[in-house]
Amino acid sequence: MIVDLPNTSTQAVSKRLVKLREDTGAMALSRVLTLVVVVDEAEAEQAIDTANDASRQHPCRIIVVVTGNRRGTARLDGQIRVGGDAGASEVVVLRLYGPLARHGRAVVTPLLLADSPIVVWWPTDAPKDPSADPVGAMGQRRITDASRTSGKPRTVLGRLASAYAPGDTDLAWSRVTLWRGILTAALDQAPFEPVTEATVVAAPDSPSGELLAGWLSARLRCPVRLAQSRRGTGIISVRLVRDSGPVDLVRPEDGSTSMLRQPGQPDRTLALPHRGDAECLADELRRLDPDEVYEDALTVGLPEVGSGRRSATEAVRAGAAPSPAEAEKDTRRLRRAAGAASSSARVEKLPMPEDGASSESVQQAAADRLAEMEEKRS
Amino acid sequence: MTPARVTADHNPLRDPRDKRLPRIAGPCSMVMFGVTGDLARKKLMPAVYDLANRGLLPPGFSLVGFARRDWEDQDFGKIVYESVKEHARTPFREDVWRTLAEGIRFVPGAFDDDAAFDLLAATVADLEEQRGTGGNVAFYLSIPPGSFATVCQQLERSGLSTPSEGSWRRVVIEKPFGHDLESARELNDIVGSVFPADAVFRIDHYLGKETVQNILAVRFANMMFEPVWNNRYVDHVQITMAEDIGIGGRAGYYDGIGAARDVIQNHLLQLMALTAMEEPVSFDAHHLRLEKEKVLSAVRLPEDLSTGTARGQYAAGWQGGEEVVGYLEEDGVAAGSGTETYAAVRLDVDTRRWAGVPFYLRTGKRLGKRVTEIAVVFRRAPHLPFTDTATEELGQNAVVIRVQPDEGVTLRFGAKVPGAQMEVRDVSMDFGYGRSFTESSPEAYERLILDVLLGEPPLFPRHEEVELSWRILDPIEEHWGRRGGDPDQYEAGTWGPPSADELMRRDGREWRLP
Repeated sequence: MIVDLPNTSTQAVSKRLVKLREDTGAMALSRVLTLVVVVDEAEAEQAIDTANDASRQHPCRIIVVVTGNRRGTARLDGQIRVGGDAGASEVVVLRLYGPLARHGRAVVTPLLLADSPIVVWWPTDAPKDPSADPVGAMGQRRITDASRTSGKPRTVLGRLASAYAPGDTDLAWSRVTLWRGILTAALDQAPFEPVTEATVVAAPDSPSGELLAGWLSARLRCPVRLAQSRRGTGIISVRLVRDSGPVDLVRPEDGSTSMLRQPGQPDRTLALPHRGDAECLADELRRLDPDEVYEDALTVGLPEVGSGRRSATEAVRAGAAPSPAEAEKDTRRLRRAAGAASSSARVEKLPMPEDGASSESVQQAAADRLAEMEEKRS
Repeated sequence: MTPARVTADHNPLRDPRDKRLPRIAGPCSMVMFGVTGDLARKKLMPAVYDLANRGLLPPGFSLVGFARRDWEDQDFGKIVYESVKEHARTPFREDVWRTLAEGIRFVPGAFDDDAAFDLLAATVADLEEQRGTGGNVAFYLSIPPGSFATVCQQLERSGLSTPSEGSWRRVVIEKPFGHDLESARELNDIVGSVFPADAVFRIDHYLGKETVQNILAVRFANMMFEPVWNNRYVDHVQITMAEDIGIGGRAGYYDGIGAARDVIQNHLLQLMALTAMEEPVSFDAHHLRLEKEKVLSAVRLPEDLSTGTARGQYAAGWQGGEEVVGYLEEDGVAAGSGTETYAAVRLDVDTRRWAGVPFYLRTGKRLGKRVTEIAVVFRRAPHLPFTDTATEELGQNAVVIRVQPDEGVTLRFGAKVPGAQMEVRDVSMDFGYGRSFTESSPEAYERLILDVLLGEPPLFPRHEEVELSWRILDPIEEHWGRRGGDPDQYEAGTWGPPSADELMRRDGREWRLP
């Protein structure tokens, strides 16, 4: 249900919320947090969709502050969405015009849920100093998105680093969680040797690559270098150099299947999908305490990362980074070797296997397969 | 700048403050016995896919199916695919599926066929070479306990149960862990002769449920519950697990086992232990189990078992909108079977905290609805400064932990009815898990399988707990067997036999309507 309240006041919005709650039952009572979204008109709808999706995991009240034209008289347009139009949350959209546009905090304050945490999210351009921003200062947690903030990633991240306050976090950081998880799990296994050098290949417009490099540098205390792939390709590969040989994690440009390569181990493919905004936002809402690991990556690790202008191709040629083309070829080779029809389209076409078999035929099958396998081995 | 040290116990990329980082299992494979069963199809295989989809399985993870079917790898792949399509919790992603599918193998064979297990050993070795599973294997025995001995011996004979240096072998078994103390010990000896105690994971899927783990959070993370969690304030505790279904096609397993062995011995006694235990020193597996074992060893049975227990068997009736047959008319049930489908028992816990507070446990099939809950019912206020008429409708306060469905916590207390008169009536205050947190909380099996692969045992009952539970239940079963006679009949769709209500009435209490 969508209720429009043009030219209104926060009292009226508040009253209407209570009334809607009475009419439809206790829907807002177990909300665990308030998510304040600060966005401009062009991006508003998409941001609301993302927040709704994320709210399925964390029911919350979403307050969207849309700053409109700053000229003209002060005016507040309100809109309430509940039920099917609002995922598992209730959404209050506040459009501010004229002088009011500068006073987001004043309209947000009366609508906050009592005694529960506040999270502020800027889907696009983040303020220069998030914790000093009037709306940002209200939040326990401030979520920026460096990849959608105008400016070079290094510059944007540098600004966020110098303004860092506990509770700051960035969606570019949650986008690398899977990469971090796999790299960490790789170091859990023998051989236990220090990493002496690392190279991250990522697009020049990818703050995620920078943060991943910053994290590696802060944690591993070794030289970490960045090499540039084509714009828009995201993170392509990570190489951790150890005495016994490098650990390579490669995700070729085309997509989501990646390869992990370690000395003395067979190559392994793994799914490493690009994470959606809603998934990342839900991740951010999961924990509301300061993220010290992000702080280290941003403020300690990142300044140490060499930002040579080396291109990905040069890095591969110099042997500092794994070749994505080769990884792609090997992935295909592994797929073929796996033999069994693995794509869902092919599995879909297979008939349902017969349930039930005679003991003799099963025994025969086992014996045959064993003989076959032993032959292959010898 | 010296690079950070890396050792087996110190991984510089890991940081206890890094709560984002997923716990990804190390390289390993899983061998599943009994892949044609319902559990494997509806729960286990979908859970494996969901874990893969959440990025929690190691690269190269492989799944080996073992069954008495003449199938190829791709046939088993089809079975997994269909079960994933139908039952997985998370959306289907082509690339996740492909990665998983590459590691799917099938071994045809019977449990007594040496060649089949040699083939399994060869397959596992092959996977280690091809996909880098590191020689780590978890065996999931989703098979009847009768076959455990054969399978364990086969695993030992084929060398599958012995890990090479630096790798692990684990075995997962499902309830029932025996049908009495003696058989539980036998079973333990069989598995224990092949696998060391810390490699045996007993799955009680109830313990993987979020709400069950939430019992500990509610009790020990808060100030407001623990101070009243004792005999000074608590009158009694009711633990209910009701099912609305009958035995379905499970007569072969169920007949002769009955409700008490099927549910009370494991689920209800575990819930009771979590409700009644003292605060553990820490939340690691060892300390949690110590406290649970302490409580279970302090359980006292009623002196007169004929009045302190009740059992019943469902008769024909109307369940919801459907006419259903009685237990004795179900397919596959022995004529005149004395197996109970409803069991209720009063237990006391002999500790300072719980002296004089009875725990009532009940479970049954074909009851009013499907519900599992723990209700801690408080004493009445010692003095009510109101007139009798004002508090006529006031019941006892209660904290109800709803385990399923609609997981959450309810508080029941009195409030004034609006109006000119002073009148107090019960109201409830509700915390719904689904409303405050995620709609899609992980399935219990996801958590448990991941814990097996990570080797983290806190949620798995140890053999000692199983033994203690049987010590509690064995005398009751013996009493029922000795007394003979058939269980009391109750109409399907009701809340159990009159004898169960009698049991409560004798103590001056009554069952909650869950």
